[in-house]
Amino acid sequence: MFAYTMRRLLAAIPILFAASVIVFSLVAISGDPLEPLRLRTPPVPQQTILNQEHRLYLDRSIPERYWTWLTGFGANPGDDIGIIRGNFGPSVRASVDIGTELGDRAWVTLRLVFVAMFLAVILAIFAGVISAVKQYSKIDYSFTFFGFLALSIPTFWFAILLKSGGIYYNQATGTSTFFTIGNKSPDTASFTTWQNITDVAGHMVLPTLSLMLISYASWSRYQRGSMLEVLNSDYVRLARAKGLRNRQVMVRHALRTALIPLTTVTALDIGGIIGGAVITETVYEWRGLGKMLVESVNGRDVFSVLAWLLFAGFVVVVFNIIADLLYAVLDPRIRYE
Amino acid sequence: MSDIVSGAALRGAPATAAPPTPPGTDRPEFTTKERSQGELILRRFLRHRAAVVSLFVFLLTLAFAFLGPYVWKYDHTYKKGPGSVPPNLSYPFGTDQVGHDMLAQVIRGTQQSMKIALVVMVIATVLGTLWGAAAGFYRGWLDAALMRFVDILLTLPFIAVAIALNANIRGGGAWWALALVLGLLSWTGISRVVRGVVLSLREQEFIEAARAMGASDSRIILRHLVPNAMGVVIVSATIIIAAAILAETALSFIGFGVQAPDTSLGLLITNAQSAVTTRPWLFYFPGVFIILIALTINFIGDGLRDAFDPRQSLVRK
Repeated sequence: MFAYTMRRLLAAIPILFAASVIVFSLVAISGDPLEPLRLRTPPVPQQTILNQEHRLYLDRSIPERYWTWLTGFGANPGDDIGIIRGNFGPSVRASVDIGTELGDRAWVTLRLVFVAMFLAVILAIFAGVISAVKQYSKIDYSFTFFGFLALSIPTFWFAILLKSGGIYYNQATGTSTFFTIGNKSPDTASFTTWQNITDVAGHMVLPTLSLMLISYASWSRYQRGSMLEVLNSDYVRLARAKGLRNRQVMVRHALRTALIPLTTVTALDIGGIIGGAVITETVYEWRGLGKMLVESVNGRDVFSVLAWLLFAGFVVVVFNIIADLLYAVLDPRIRYE
Repeated sequence: MSDIVSGAALRGAPATAAPPTPPGTDRPEFTTKERSQGELILRRFLRHRAAVVSLFVFLLTLAFAFLGPYVWKYDHTYKKGPGSVPPNLSYPFGTDQVGHDMLAQVIRGTQQSMKIALVVMVIATVLGTLWGAAAGFYRGWLDAALMRFVDILLTLPFIAVAIALNANIRGGGAWWALALVLGLLSWTGISRVVRGVVLSLREQEFIEAARAMGASDSRIILRHLVPNAMGVVIVSATIIIAAAILAETALSFIGFGVQAPDTSLGLLITNAQSAVTTRPWLFYFPGVFIILIALTINFIGDGLRDAFDPRQSLVRK
């Protein structure tokens, strides 16, 4: 298992490398980061533009720029650049260190992503299994219809709906039950650890609900399908025939196998959930990865956008490795040597 | 799968009728009718009631979006109405604070969102089908290279890449630029599905026969493999429409999609963000249209999946 994990981690390196090429090319050909500066009226002095080009490495060819960005060789004196050295390059905004910002923002966003995924998986398993066991019953049809509906509701629309629902409830009761803005209270200096935790958790309630809706809907459909397939299989019939109790057949034999497809889908969807988190954060005005991406793109902060995309790719790759390791836990036929 | 669309072969078969019942016996009248594959698929689709209703509603929405501007008296640039009026007879969807007629705005928004989604669907379907068919047909190193590229694209969050690209692309904000970006990012799923189908099809006898008759590779791919993969392609294409509608509205909502003075369903919701409780009509009408489009497309896709599935019998359990 350990050797397998190491092998998978090593195999992830070329994938991330290829992803870095694609990300870099996409961002490089998509536009000129200095365009707003060039088009400014009155025109800025030629020297300022040249200085900026030099600072952002735009005076080099794209392959040269990529090489420097990746390895840090040939950097301007005093610059922290080179992905493999853990440096993300100069930001357009002079005071910002991209690595530090990414670290702060990632923690805020990833805890939202993790909690939403976790709850969505649990609920999806629950709904999917009930639907499958009671196939074509009223409860199955209700879950199915609700699933289709949830699949069609845009995340941002649902998030705004929940947010204004929260505001409305707060106003109606004269309390501040729901936090609707920000990822934490503005002034937490005097908070104890426990207060900090409850504060952060309180701010997460509505965004988590918004983010998990679509994942829940699609995963519960998958879970229903795979559970149905397993329940109709020969080995479950055998388990029943040899007189195992219903509970044991369901949990030990059927559910365990039926979880395998869900693991695949969950790992595949992680990129989509990060995308959904960007949207959700925008609605709830969080200072997370979503806001960082929007700010970087609006400010044409090329190295920041690159760092962001590469980091997201990294998270997705890590999740896929975790999913592969989970297979081994769920499926006794898969044993990694 | 192979005989889904190649029903032409079956169509030539003579209709078989039961021999005439001898008089005097009480055997029930029994005749069989020749049916083409297309007819069978259509009949299976028609049995999926939710899908049929959805198709009808979806066509109504299309008509609303594309014929609406010719029928309704205001267009989306009209802003001389009274400000913030709730729905009434002269402004059925109300007006916003500027005095835009919301019905005209929603018609235009639906039209733009639909246009983008349909273009995305066409780009993604063509690209993904050819990509997957080439990978599955040639196998070997080409397959490995093409599919690794898909794997790597799948590691990048779709929405984030679209944001990063669309803000910089020249003409950013034009609906076709957005459609192009989304289309070039949405074909990965379909290419995987098509590759899988082609991998199994290419081993079958009719491909061997085509090759024996001297058909070129491109002819085999385009005339024999792709038509037989049409079932999964059509189902995936409907899913892409739903995903594209949700992606386009999300991008427009956070400011990286369609830009004012033009409008889309997502942009309309941006403007209504702070007015959910005070002027709910601004928020609910565009939202309901997004949900309506995505929901009907999802049901149509479900119906098509059942219809194209050869394991499905005509009798629904």
